[in-house]
Amino acid sequence: MESTIVKSVDYNAYFGDNHVVKNVNIEIPKNHVIAVMGPSGCGKTTFLRGINRMHELIPNAKATGKILLNNEDVMQMHPIFVRLKIGMVFQRPNPFPNLSIYDNVIAGYKLNGIKLPKDKKDQIVEESLTKVALWKEVKDSLTKKGSFLSGGQQQRLCIARAVAMAPEVLLFDEPTSALDPISTSTVEELFHELKKNYTLIIVTHNMQQAARVSDRTAFFYVGELVEYDDTKKMFTNPKDIRTQNYITGRFS
Amino acid sequence: MNSSTNIKYRIGKSSGMQILTTILAFSIVIPLILILLFILKSGIQHINWQFLTNVYKPAGEPNPGIAHALLGTLLIVVLASVVSIPIGIMCGVYLSENKKSKLAYWSSLCVDVLQGVPSIVVGIVIFAWMHQRFGYFALSGSFALGIMMLPIIIRSTEETLKLLPDSLKEAGFALGMPFHRVILKVIIPCGFSGILSGIMLSIARVSGETAPLLFTAGVSHYLSSNVFKGPMQSLPLLIYDYYSLPSSETDPNSFINQAWGASVILLVFVLLLNISTKLITRKWKVQL
Repeated sequence: MESTIVKSVDYNAYFGDNHVVKNVNIEIPKNHVIAVMGPSGCGKTTFLRGINRMHELIPNAKATGKILLNNEDVMQMHPIFVRLKIGMVFQRPNPFPNLSIYDNVIAGYKLNGIKLPKDKKDQIVEESLTKVALWKEVKDSLTKKGSFLSGGQQQRLCIARAVAMAPEVLLFDEPTSALDPISTSTVEELFHELKKNYTLIIVTHNMQQAARVSDRTAFFYVGELVEYDDTKKMFTNPKDIRTQNYITGRFS
Repeated sequence: MNSSTNIKYRIGKSSGMQILTTILAFSIVIPLILILLFILKSGIQHINWQFLTNVYKPAGEPNPGIAHALLGTLLIVVLASVVSIPIGIMCGVYLSENKKSKLAYWSSLCVDVLQGVPSIVVGIVIFAWMHQRFGYFALSGSFALGIMMLPIIIRSTEETLKLLPDSLKEAGFALGMPFHRVILKVIIPCGFSGILSGIMLSIARVSGETAPLLFTAGVSHYLSSNVFKGPMQSLPLLIYDYYSLPSSETDPNSFINQAWGASVILLVFVLLLNISTKLITRKWKVQL
């Protein structure tokens, strides 16, 4: 019996009068990789940003309905607690350019003013970087600036930064769309490792990626959740005609 | 045949244009160099240790100095910075964070207007507010200079921070950082070189200001460190004051020659600030 970690109930999101996410109900099981796919402008990124309440940072944005994290409504929690439990990785790698690689990993502690003993910090940095398969590459250059790394390494550094906060859920907003194919496959391999400890929700344009990395796939179209099923079933035997059209490339 | 002469003509026109821009660019450097050379030539021989450490002496007495004006300028400018830097940075942060709010629109307009207010007008307003009640005192001069520094600091902070990508802020928020920490720990450090260069340029700009100090800090011939009471001399006012006193060109200790010496000091100070701004900006620039 798999337990549900994130559940949305009648979730709606708006930008001003623009209704971008329409009545989404979805249950996300723990320690799984969930791919959220759909054409551009279908509301998948907005839905993702709703989960850790980043959506409301945009002026005029509002949301209704519930997002439950372990049966607790995140809309009732303080956004800061929500974001500590639900980490996020963005489309473009965005390490803090003023911090070293080491400090970037523990940025969530350092910049929040949480003091940790040196050996604890070292441990977090090594563990987090190991989890994202970056430790071997950067262990001799931890004091260099984060922007010194290549794009793919920077993205893994950003994943390490999110992992270091020991969240329960990790959100990825098109995490590989700014990366080259080799870096992309490195990051994709990571997802399999990371799902042992975390629940991953990945927004992607890329159907092949969804098929490769996810256990379940949600298909969004014009703000609606059209279909949500096991990835294998969805790609071999979609129920909805719109899903079928999208998968077969009739529109994108 | 026709097209080849046409191309030749265009190539010639193009190189003529390049030569013209080079000449014009160089020609604006000439007056600057002439001014620098002239001030250095007139003033440098009057500068020695006593000139920097002694104070005003009546005409004819040996070894006069400008220490009272140096101290005055230092105190007045430092106090002006203490007031205007925090306010200027905060205001710049507000303007870059709230691009669309009504308050931002009006503050931004005020900053533009403030930038255009002539310094003598700032001086006379402060004069009306303070001098008539409390007489000359250096802090009112700092206040006037602080007002002149504000628009420069606000604009440079705002422009610097606007260039930072939103993704940096989002990275901070996604790690559960509250707004004030995102500003203090991410946004300001990343834009630090730009903010700092604005601050240094504003200091360079106001340390040569004469008009706002004329009515506020006033002219004094004595060494004073009391910023709350009594007039305090400053370098630009010393130059203005000494230039209008009767003196001879030939006497090395005459007021006119002291004024030249003080001009060199002021010039070197402003040049050093400008040059170090360039160096610091380059060194501390955060690679995005």
